[in-house]
Amino acid sequence: MTLLDFARGPGLQWSVAIFVFGLLWRLVGIFFLRTKPDLSEPRNPAKWKGLRLIALRSWPRKEFLEGTAFGEVMGYTFHLGFLVALFFYVPHLLFFESVFEGLLGTDFEGIFGFRWPVLPTAAITFLSAVSVAALVAVLIHRITNPVKRLISNFDDYFSWLLTVAPLATGLLAYAHAGGIRYETLLGTHILSAEVLLVWFPFSKLIHAFTIFAARGATGMIFERKGASL
Amino acid sequence: MSAPNQDIDQKFPLELNEPRFSVKDPKVRFDMQGDMSDEQRVETAMRNFVKDFGRTAAIYMESCIHCGMCAEACHFHEVTKDPRYTPIWKLEPFKQAYKREYGPFALFFRLFNLKPKVTHAQLAEWQHLLYDSCTVCGRCSLMCPMGIDIATLISQARHGMFHAGLVPHELYAVAERAKREGSPLGATPKVFADRVDWLADDHEVDIPIDRDKAEVLCTMSSIEIMKYPDSVVATARVMNHLGVDWTFRTDGYEATNFGLLSGNAAWQKQMTMKLVDAAIACGAKTLILPECGHAYQALRWMGANMNGKPLPFRVLHMAEFLAENVREGRLRLKKVGKSVTFHDPCQVARRGGAIEAPREVLAALGVELREMFPTKGTNWCCGGGGGVVAIHRADKLRHKVFQIKMDQIEKTGAEIPVTSCANCRQTFDDGQAHFKWDKTMHSLLEMVADNLIEDDA
Ligand code: SF4
Ligand code: SF4
Repeated sequence: MTLLDFARGPGLQWSVAIFVFGLLWRLVGIFFLRTKPDLSEPRNPAKWKGLRLIALRSWPRKEFLEGTAFGEVMGYTFHLGFLVALFFYVPHLLFFESVFEGLLGTDFEGIFGFRWPVLPTAAITFLSAVSVAALVAVLIHRITNPVKRLISNFDDYFSWLLTVAPLATGLLAYAHAGGIRYETLLGTHILSAEVLLVWFPFSKLIHAFTIFAARGATGMIFERKGASL
Repeated sequence: MSAPNQDIDQKFPLELNEPRFSVKDPKVRFDMQGDMSDEQRVETAMRNFVKDFGRTAAIYMESCIHCGMCAEACHFHEVTKDPRYTPIWKLEPFKQAYKREYGPFALFFRLFNLKPKVTHAQLAEWQHLLYDSCTVCGRCSLMCPMGIDIATLISQARHGMFHAGLVPHELYAVAERAKREGSPLGATPKVFADRVDWLADDHEVDIPIDRDKAEVLCTMSSIEIMKYPDSVVATARVMNHLGVDWTFRTDGYEATNFGLLSGNAAWQKQMTMKLVDAAIACGAKTLILPECGHAYQALRWMGANMNGKPLPFRVLHMAEFLAENVREGRLRLKKVGKSVTFHDPCQVARRGGAIEAPREVLAALGVELREMFPTKGTNWCCGGGGGVVAIHRADKLRHKVFQIKMDQIEKTGAEIPVTSCANCRQTFDDGQAHFKWDKTMHSLLEMVADNLIEDDA
């Protein structure tokens, strides 16, 4: 079995299985805890259900902008770059479609009723490169900024590495880099994404699933009091 | 009380005199209470940290991405640039223990020793971070992009520290005294009644106390009773002026809650229930909290939860009560004609939601309000909340932090700084004395009482 065969076959199955199992385990472990009802007389009726804070916290207040702008801009850049490259690149789409067709017996058009939009390859390449650059900047910041250096742990660095890896190997595969066989490059790329999937539920990457819950919970508590959001 | 240091306040009572009035620097420090072994302390701290650990707290613990942004919001980090004052770092041992002992993957963390066991030395070191350098002001909670309410987690960590006997000397002593005597600063029921008597005579004002029935129950903070008795008089003046059917009661007058500040939920409840029971006993429809930040948090937002059912009366901060009466045209005030800047007490404004009420009152006083930057919900804390002003070894750091406040106020060019929290006020008084500053913090309530328009005037 070649590397590519492994990545497309058992590698994919196992990584998805671990991802789903780990994710459920962790989320159930958190969300099934009880919460105590708040008996205080609310100042405001909870008509926004925390939604306002979910939206508001997407960008810092102007009072806090200085000192956080770098983190915010870089954060948005690599998150968006990563997601766009993941979901709007033709080969990725074909790959997802083949997986889903195998499972559901229909393509994306059959599921969504429209063709999934894609971006030109040049745009994807550019975005991936920008994302890698932003991630490198974030890493340098993590190492040089005294606050971030102090509070960082293995999870932060390893998650960084596994996030950069699919982007970097994707760019290498696209460039057919260094005389390495394309199949090997592609296999490595797919594997890097699978390792990321496996690591995901056990790491800080879980924030993708908890961020809105955390903001929403705080939003509900704060809005009830009329406290500052 | 046989365990070591649990009776420190009886053996070496903290002195409560000038110039600081809150507490004097203890001659010998006992920053550890009880006679547990080191392991027991760690275990107890963690058990009490996760006790009552609900879904929300667990979501918080799982969501931090170590972006470090919360540091930018904390005044202790702002003035020192010391990374240890990063808000989320103040919880590090508790995060570590959560992952290792209680999180969904605790088994793996323990099995492969992915997170080391928290040690007693670590916790002892963290006492400085959780108490001396955190006013639980909640400014960091507005910064976190994940929406983690860091301040609430810090309060929860303080619960752990309290039960492990790891509370700074002064804070433990005043909390224990409050539980024993009914007041942290010696304002026992008898002292309170005597003071009320004396103030009524001296100021020729009627101050009802211990009436069986009253529409409104007024409460005070011991800081006011002992250090700013004019606030007691001002309360009476305003209530009498408005013709309110009101009373003080010796079975429920002390609104500060050192159970909350030090981290003892049982004491917190006991202190809260005194107020609740007193209000019920006199059939009050409204309980008015004094100019005190954490008292508002303790009763307005946590009171019903301590009581186990909704409170059968309204709870208002003094500023809210004044604003309500301004709005309804009952409270008419002389114009002061000065420029004023308002310091928002964190627990009333940012975390309590009573942000506009004091401003409505100031507008009725006809002052020129010059807002600080930042103001309202993101205003900087005075540095003395959360019990910090009581801890002597924290003075140097607190004074550093206070410079932010002086700078903010100077920049407004306002003649008079005003606030509606006696604890902020004493922090300002202390800062003023330390820096020989020419600005004195004023009380909103006292300003109102000094400018009432008497109908026959
Ligand atoms: S609550 Fe206030 S003092 Fe405490 S860490 Fe947050 S910003 Fe700093
Ligand atoms: S701002 Fe929030 S997510 Fe970032 S380090 Fe602080 S607590 Fe963690």
